[in-house]
Amino acid sequence: MSRDRAVRTILPTLAFVVALFLWEAIVRINDIPPVILPAPSLIAKTLVKDWGTLFRSLEVTLSITFEALIAATVGGALLALLFAQWRPLEYTFFPFTVILQVTPVVAIAPLLLVYLSPGTAVLVVAFLVAFFPILANTSLGLSSVDHNLLDLFQMYRASSWRQLLWLRIPAALPYFLGGLRIGGGLALIGAIVAEIAAGSAGQGAGLAFRIVESGYRLNIPRMFAALVLISITGVAIFLLTTSLSYFMLRRWHDSARSRDL
Amino acid sequence: MPSPMHATRAIASGPGDVPTSPIAPRELLARLEKVGKSFSNRVEALRSVDLEIRRGEFLSLLGPSGCGKSTILRLLAGLTNPSLGYINWLSTSHDLGFVFQEPTLMPWANVFDNVWLPLRLGGQSRKTARPKVEEALAKVGLSGFDCAYPRELSGGMKMRVSIARALVTRPALLLMDEPFAALDEITRTKLNDDLVALKCELDATVVFVTHSVFESVYLSDRIVVMAPRPGRVVAEVNVPAPRPRNEDYRLGHAYAELCRETSRALHSAMSAEPGQKRVG
Repeated sequence: MSRDRAVRTILPTLAFVVALFLWEAIVRINDIPPVILPAPSLIAKTLVKDWGTLFRSLEVTLSITFEALIAATVGGALLALLFAQWRPLEYTFFPFTVILQVTPVVAIAPLLLVYLSPGTAVLVVAFLVAFFPILANTSLGLSSVDHNLLDLFQMYRASSWRQLLWLRIPAALPYFLGGLRIGGGLALIGAIVAEIAAGSAGQGAGLAFRIVESGYRLNIPRMFAALVLISITGVAIFLLTTSLSYFMLRRWHDSARSRDL
Repeated sequence: MPSPMHATRAIASGPGDVPTSPIAPRELLARLEKVGKSFSNRVEALRSVDLEIRRGEFLSLLGPSGCGKSTILRLLAGLTNPSLGYINWLSTSHDLGFVFQEPTLMPWANVFDNVWLPLRLGGQSRKTARPKVEEALAKVGLSGFDCAYPRELSGGMKMRVSIARALVTRPALLLMDEPFAALDEITRTKLNDDLVALKCELDATVVFVTHSVFESVYLSDRIVVMAPRPGRVVAEVNVPAPRPRNEDYRLGHAYAELCRETSRALHSAMSAEPGQKRVG
């Protein structure tokens, strides 16, 4: 078992290191100029050298992503609960949710930039992108309750409030967490895309702006450094939401079940 | 009313006969009178069902699928209302326990919390409920499993938890909807034995839905045979074998004879003339 686990850690690490090494080797052997493809070592050096600028941008992107994700989580879950408790509300707002969901939010970004300040517009785009998977998944979860359990609650004359608290919400938890995992990734994508659309400079410049700016200045190593930071942010969000899901479900849900074969 | 059964023996009497059962006539708990049930898709699940449920008896509803056995349980549980006729409750309090075909446990809650649920919905705190929950778990042989989660249990154990949950309120009427149908033969036999023992221990009335002749003869005091399309009662078999019942009863002559009798009743129910108009 532990040997298996060691192999599972060592193999992907090794593959990653080998890939970086090959990249470095190809760049050095072929003498590829940094403007076309910088070597990993140069990207690392740039990351250190430009850390001040890049870190400020990272902070901007991170705060937008997490603010959007938190707002989407709270908003999506609350709206799903409202819909579940009061069905007419769901019918009433159904067309709006569908229209907003099927319209690529990026297409709304320019409009939002007209109405709102660039910072707010970016936040709203990231929020909208992350909001719908959370709302849709939580709604699905709240209505996917074992019918026999619903009968049981009815037989013991449970109030609809208790039915929600003790039956629908726990049953919806795996769905909600699935929505959160999707929403987490989408919040970052939304933030980056909206930043590129907004092209805001100065104090509020996030990582996506640094990429656009580096492109104009042909500062390709810095472009890669910004990309690395975005990737790390994405991986961190993935790890965070995945482990949150694992810890909340490990006692009972099949998704967190370890199978001894 | 002519007996729908071909043969009537002293050991098993049809509904038309003078009761020859050694069991003393029991006080009525509920009576279904001319109950009919049609669903919105125009399927007629039950037609003019008259059924008496006597206090303290173990009553089996036996029949092929689609004969409305489960609908009768849902009517008794108040989960649905009859389209025609009515249910007359002859006792002031009728607390219910319901055991479904699947264990129907909340997977996110451990065994204790699952069994606690009916009491919790009745407003009892964990502390107040603890002795009752532990007693119910002891009755089904699951003492010490309080903290286990449903997924850690076998199919038979999950069903035991489900039975404990139904018993925890000490219901006057226990409704069981093919509870052991999904279990393997060995587990099913063991649970049947335990249910027979439990029945002796408890004062509850049990209405048990099954499509197994052997199960119904082993468990019941009285078997009501039903026919499908539309669901209706076609025969009744009394099972006067004494309790407690055990392996000796299962291997004995009387059991074999009753199984034969019940099979015959079920067989004639299957070939019985369907209602004037075919539905479904």
